[in-house]
Amino acid sequence: MSRVSPRELAIERILQAIAYSSIAILFIITFFIFKEGLPFIFREGLGEILGGVEWRPTKGQFGILPMVVGSLLVTGGALVIGVPLGLSCAIFLVEFSTPKVRRILKPAIELLAGIPSVVYGFLGVILLVPLIRVHLGGPGLSLLAGSIILGIMILPTIISISIDVLEAVPRSYREGSIALGATTTQTVSMVVLKAARSGIVTAVILGMGRAIGETMAVIMVTGNAVAAPGSVLDSIRTLTSNIGIELAYASGDHQEALFATGVVLFVMIMVLNLAASMTRRKRIR
Amino acid sequence: MYLILHMILTRLNISTARQEAFLLFLVFFLAATGCRGTDPNAVGGVMTVAGSTSVQPFAEKLAEEFMAEHPEYNINIQGGGSSAGVRAAQTGAAQIGMSSRNLKEKEKGLHERVIAYDGIAVIVHRDNPLEGLSKKEVAGIFAGDYANWKELGGSDGTIHFVAREEGSGTRGAFEKMVMEEREISLRALVQASNGAVREIIARDPGSIGYISLGLVDNRVKALSVDGARASRQDIMGGRYELVRPFLFLTQEEPEGTARTFIEFIMGPQGQELLSAEGLIPGE
Amino acid sequence: MKRLDPGVTQKIVRGILLSFTALTVSILVFIITYVLLKGLPVLGWEFLTKGAVDAGTSGGIFPFIVSTVFITVVALAIATPLGVGTAIYLTEYTRETIVTKVVRFAAECLAGIPSIILGLFGFITFVLFLKLGWSILSGALTLAIMILPTIIRTSEEAIISVPQNQRDVSTSLGGTRWQTVTRVVLPSALPGIVTGIMLSVGRCIGETAAVIFTAGSALPTPTSVFASGRTLAVHFYILATETDAFGMAYGTAAVLIIAILTINVMAYWMMHRIMRKFS
Repeated sequence: MSRVSPRELAIERILQAIAYSSIAILFIITFFIFKEGLPFIFREGLGEILGGVEWRPTKGQFGILPMVVGSLLVTGGALVIGVPLGLSCAIFLVEFSTPKVRRILKPAIELLAGIPSVVYGFLGVILLVPLIRVHLGGPGLSLLAGSIILGIMILPTIISISIDVLEAVPRSYREGSIALGATTTQTVSMVVLKAARSGIVTAVILGMGRAIGETMAVIMVTGNAVAAPGSVLDSIRTLTSNIGIELAYASGDHQEALFATGVVLFVMIMVLNLAASMTRRKRIR
Repeated sequence: MYLILHMILTRLNISTARQEAFLLFLVFFLAATGCRGTDPNAVGGVMTVAGSTSVQPFAEKLAEEFMAEHPEYNINIQGGGSSAGVRAAQTGAAQIGMSSRNLKEKEKGLHERVIAYDGIAVIVHRDNPLEGLSKKEVAGIFAGDYANWKELGGSDGTIHFVAREEGSGTRGAFEKMVMEEREISLRALVQASNGAVREIIARDPGSIGYISLGLVDNRVKALSVDGARASRQDIMGGRYELVRPFLFLTQEEPEGTARTFIEFIMGPQGQELLSAEGLIPGE
Repeated sequence: MKRLDPGVTQKIVRGILLSFTALTVSILVFIITYVLLKGLPVLGWEFLTKGAVDAGTSGGIFPFIVSTVFITVVALAIATPLGVGTAIYLTEYTRETIVTKVVRFAAECLAGIPSIILGLFGFITFVLFLKLGWSILSGALTLAIMILPTIIRTSEEAIISVPQNQRDVSTSLGGTRWQTVTRVVLPSALPGIVTGIMLSVGRCIGETAAVIFTAGSALPTPTSVFASGRTLAVHFYILATETDAFGMAYGTAAVLIIAILTINVMAYWMMHRIMRKFS
């Protein structure tokens, strides 16, 4: 056992401190957001805030229920669009096409995840919103527009992870099934998908996390009305938009209310992340 | 200094090449950090002007022209809203605070300078057949009373009304002067800046919104309100009532860079620029 | 109900999947092509090197390029030592304990925080509490938090894949742990680490929500870390929502997309080279 020089010890301690900094940062972020938001929640009452339907912060009304509904609806809509398209793409690329095609398309799709969200939002405003307004009605700035744009934005995430998951299903499963006389389709639906199920669920949850957390594109295409929508053509506001739109101007109670919105959002995302981690671990086990 | 650093680094067994890389990095970093906020009241210092986003685009243009003539000055315009502007001026976070509304009672105590007056224009799409509405009708629209333009004498189509966000000085002014006791409907579309509101109105034939008069261009139409047009004559003549002051706020009587800048703005060049941009000179 | 012949089902399913895939790929291709088509004509030497005029609605985007590079470099300067240091500690200096699991979990959680919350945090902590104001530094600190998990993760993977025998050789020659790390492990792991850095650069360039509330949106070129600066992404957002200067907007978007795609392609190419080395 060699002597460990004091310098080596010092370096180890420094590295240890650096490693702990990640925990420290996470802690500080959580602390600050909760410190600013919790007192407000306790003062106004969680029920009042979560259940309230009127958001007029400058007049003392802080109901964020319409925004919670907005976030959930637009995320749900994004999944409705993103999951079928994304999963189909992944299944097709893995089960019905060649590795060479996959090697080109998969990185290409992943590259698209790098496009800034504001570009998606802009194209949504220029191309999609007028389309909705003219052909379907309403202002165009709507839940529908938000769902479509978000759905497209989460495609790379869902496709990429699903491809990984599907490729990870052992070849023997497929070969066994084919040997029994099944077609590829039957193999996929009855064998492969079942084996990959928890991985795909992870992909969907991660896509959901991305959708719930998106701000800029949503502000640009959903219209930001503070009322629960009556139809997909109505405007909505999400929790993220709420913060993004009003943060710069808010002061006092209003600002604290926005932090409370941040707390709610934070909790929702943490729950989602935990769920994703758990399903991921289940698969490995 | 370099030698000491060199000795320490050699002790740590870091090769000379890496030492040089590290030093280069240090130099860059130190140069980058520069001088922290030089005294803005000294000639050639950096000055921060922060506050109302309604005033911001005009302040930016003024600063641009000012700095073109006096390149030794560096003026930094920030947004944040009228309330933030007031606070920035009070705390000294900014040398000048911008506000698009009058100071409230508890905010008094700052030195105020009206650099211009801005009308609030009620705008609709260029092709909207309506030319004007009464103030009560406008309030009614934004309160959600009307669903279709037909009800107001316009063509058939749903009304999409766009408001600014809560906390905005423009919204506050609109609420005080137009809505009065009524509330803007929760179903109103909301955008985070006057420019964004204008863009929506310019594209959607069924929309209506309110923005800074100075931002109106030929893609939108400013309605007359209660018979008064949103024009310079009607504002100066007192007929068009939706007017608010653009205030530059300083802790004390402005000095140094702040004073030079404000003098530029109040002088012929500045006022001409503001007029050209659609504002009313702060006479 | 009569069951369809499996062969027919196969063809139908394959057809549906193929069309969905084609749809997906064409949407994604369309987005990039459309922006580049509209934006490339605007690009030019003038555009890239001149300052902004008329509050950014005409002229060039040079100040914004500077702001973007500036904020990214500072963010990396902060996040890389922290990230690589963490990765080194987790892989070289400890066994798998509860603590290391907590550290990894914390990094994962950080990765999941939406950028608006980071912007919120950055605003309250750096801009207001630490009184840094809207500045490159506030923005860089916030971005550093955002990219830290990526750097930790990629560095860890890179370091782990360095073959153990290389370390053993170093130790047997009498090297201390730190010497082994700096002279053997890190050089080998460098390509992987650089890949992680490049991916992070891509994210910094494209980020808006976290930056607009911390670095502000001042038009002039920032002269120090304490000055506010408008990054390309923020400039694009402002042009896109508040003006009708679409030409400039598309041009800015084109620059953004080209930069991000180039960096990501380089990162992938590097990753492939590394993978090939080990297979």
